Amino acid sequence: MSTGAAQVAGPAAVSSVVAYGFWIFLLSDIIMFSALFAAYAVLSGETAGGPTPGQLFDVRRAGVETLCLLFSSYACGLGELCIQRRRMVGFHVCVAATLVLGAAFLALEIDEFAGMVARGAGPARSAFLSAFFSLVGLHGVHVTIGLLWLVFMVAQIAAQGPKAFVLRRLHCFSLFWHALDIIWIALFTLVYLMGTR
Amino acid sequence: MFGKLTWTAIPFDQPLPMTASLLVLVGILTALGLATVKGWWPYLWREWLTSVDHKRIGVLYVLLALVLLLRGFMDAIMMRTQLALATSGAPGYLPPAHYDQIFSAHGTIMIFFMAMPFMIGLMNFVVPLQLGVRDVAFPVLNAVSFWLTATGALLVNISLIVGEFAKTGWLAYPPLSEIRFSPGVGVDYYLWALEISGIGTLLAGINLVTTILKVRAPGMFYLRMPVFCWTALASNLLIVAAFPLLTATLGMLLLDRYVGMHFFTTDGGGNAMLYFNLIWAWGHPEVYILILPAFGVFSEVIATFSGKSIFGYRSMVLATMAICILSFTVWLHHFFTMGAGADVNAFFGIMSMIIAVPTGVKVFNWLFTLFRGRIRFEPPILWSLGFIVTFVIGGLTGVLMAVPPADFVLHNSEFLVAHFHNVIIGGVLFGGMAGVNYWFPKAFGFTLDRRLGLVSFWCWLIGFYVAFMPLYALGLLGMTRRLQHTDDPTWTPYLIVAAAGAVIILGGIIAQILQLVVSIRTRARRRDVTGDPWNGRTLEWSTASPPPSYNFAIMPQVESRDDFWRRKQLREPPPAPQYRAIEVPANSPNGFVVAFFSVVTGFALIWHIWWMAILGLACAVTTLLVFGWTERTAREISAESLAAADLTRATVSRSP
Repeated sequence: MSTGAAQVAGPAAVSSVVAYGFWIFLLSDIIMFSALFAAYAVLSGETAGGPTPGQLFDVRRAGVETLCLLFSSYACGLGELCIQRRRMVGFHVCVAATLVLGAAFLALEIDEFAGMVARGAGPARSAFLSAFFSLVGLHGVHVTIGLLWLVFMVAQIAAQGPKAFVLRRLHCFSLFWHALDIIWIALFTLVYLMGTR
Repeated sequence: MFGKLTWTAIPFDQPLPMTASLLVLVGILTALGLATVKGWWPYLWREWLTSVDHKRIGVLYVLLALVLLLRGFMDAIMMRTQLALATSGAPGYLPPAHYDQIFSAHGTIMIFFMAMPFMIGLMNFVVPLQLGVRDVAFPVLNAVSFWLTATGALLVNISLIVGEFAKTGWLAYPPLSEIRFSPGVGVDYYLWALEISGIGTLLAGINLVTTILKVRAPGMFYLRMPVFCWTALASNLLIVAAFPLLTATLGMLLLDRYVGMHFFTTDGGGNAMLYFNLIWAWGHPEVYILILPAFGVFSEVIATFSGKSIFGYRSMVLATMAICILSFTVWLHHFFTMGAGADVNAFFGIMSMIIAVPTGVKVFNWLFTLFRGRIRFEPPILWSLGFIVTFVIGGLTGVLMAVPPADFVLHNSEFLVAHFHNVIIGGVLFGGMAGVNYWFPKAFGFTLDRRLGLVSFWCWLIGFYVAFMPLYALGLLGMTRRLQHTDDPTWTPYLIVAAAGAVIILGGIIAQILQLVVSIRTRARRRDVTGDPWNGRTLEWSTASPPPSYNFAIMPQVESRDDFWRRKQLREPPPAPQYRAIEVPANSPNGFVVAFFSVVTGFALIWHIWWMAILGLACAVTTLLVFGWTERTAREISAESLAAADLTRATVSRSP
């Protein structure tokens, strides 16, 4: 189909079409988060006599969560490089690290949520807490879906081998996992760092 | 066991809704029964329900839109007759609780389930053909998108029979839509229907953006794409950028209603104006999502039927993309009365006026394309000419309301109702009708009846003016929107004229149905054997009507804008084609099955039947996982059969 570099060569290769389409989906996902960021920005002062951000947030814990998530992404990137070179042992080690770090992030977040609910600072307490639980919780739901997705991918690779269509989806997962970092960085800054200033 | 659902949900005691729902039920059961008796199911399943062909899916979208147009129009004519009767103290025949549901359902259906599928359907059908390619970027995802849209439409219509629909207007503003003031399931029907169909729309947008940017025939540079592809690109970029906002906003309202959060409540620190801002940050781009593809249709139709290439192609492209960007800077004009202050209102007022400039550029381009063209007055161009006149009037009243002080007088009045019907009927609906009359022969291989097409056009055009011009006057006289009855006798004549206008539009709709029936019955003598019934300019006319599943036996090599027109002028036989085997994606029941479980899940969530919601969701996810696990199979079409099909077509089109 290719007729030289100067011309539009016709439809792009499937792998690049899939990655491109998935990027556009991720952009739309980021826009969905932006609505929740906007809601949080508007409502973060509306505590209705309840606890304030400064009283509830623990920056140290959020910092550890950040590290877990970033290193999980790093491991994920290494894993993808491994499987491209068909180094399956390295791939499995990296995937294990991705899963463990991701699960650690999630455990810390659930523990934080449980502690807040136990202190009477649940999502129905005030508009600020509604916005907080929805924004951070939506990110947490994404992380959960990502972990389940990765487990599914590992099983699929074990059963079917690194076929082209499987690797395309693994690449989409990798993009997804990195996009969650981008969102978390914004979230960490706007919610935790600015909230405890 | 069944959550909030009991027998009282079915309105046995209200004759009007009961009759309507029984009619709908009988209609559906008759259709299903007929399909069973005639043994159509294997055909329907194979060729339509599991099809991943963009042309079939496009047709399904338009079909959905036309069916829902009937439903939405029934609501409209009920409202108009109610208002014509319920004047000067008379109660009319629709009690307020029912009337409120009707205007909410009318708006919701007409925007989300008529206008949206209409435009997406046309884009789905036409864009890959115009780009000279074999399908959209993600064919199976395309089917999922359509069936999720259908899910939403079904949920809205189930509310007719089981329970109630929202009484909160088409955008369900809080605090009225909060659980405290709307404890019924109506708002939940609204929210879940839009959440589910919104996901479908978003996926459709991603699919078409990727298609236009990544999947084009060789030589199809951006600046060689037909204007319709440009407007489709702009429209779908807006879908990708705006629909997530709708999903998030409605999601927050759901959280308020289901788990007692305080985003938009009157207590707990909630802020209803946050909802207004967020919903209109989606809502204003949404009107451009609807109108841009219609602009594209008019550009194609006017160029074809004037026998000229479009005037000012580059300015058309620029204007389209300018509208695409500016559409995100005007949302606050929907609520100047919020009290954001003079500076904010001035900014959004000026931006709203600026966005009229690229639209004006387009209007002049269309006029100059018509100028000294050899115009053939077929139905598609009549719809386009009707559009130019009507849309300019609607646009001007819009610019008038963009002036904040004027808006303080006109806000939420019948003037506003007249304005947005003026642009949506005169713009989007006329565009849809122009598109159907224009591309129908391409989709089905025979033309639509011209005479009935003209009758339908004139009824719609005259009916529109008779129905909506009085509303401008009523708005200036002080009548606000969403009134169930009025008590000022001086308004009565206007309301009666408006109802008469709705009846004229009914005539237009009947003519359209007749046009379809008559054309199908006489299809034998209105066959389009050439594939090019209108002497078209763009690539979709270069293939057979209806196109084969693979669209083009050989992918066209594009060398200019209006490439098919250029090729027709060459008058020398094209080089002998070199056929190569191609693969087309196999059918997939994925979309249909996922949508089925989405209906189950949505219905269960509306009625708080938690076990059923979890079950439905689990089944939908499992379907997707099974899809993810299996490798896609493709059907191969050999070079010999491609050559044979082309030969048959050439022989048929040469015979008289």
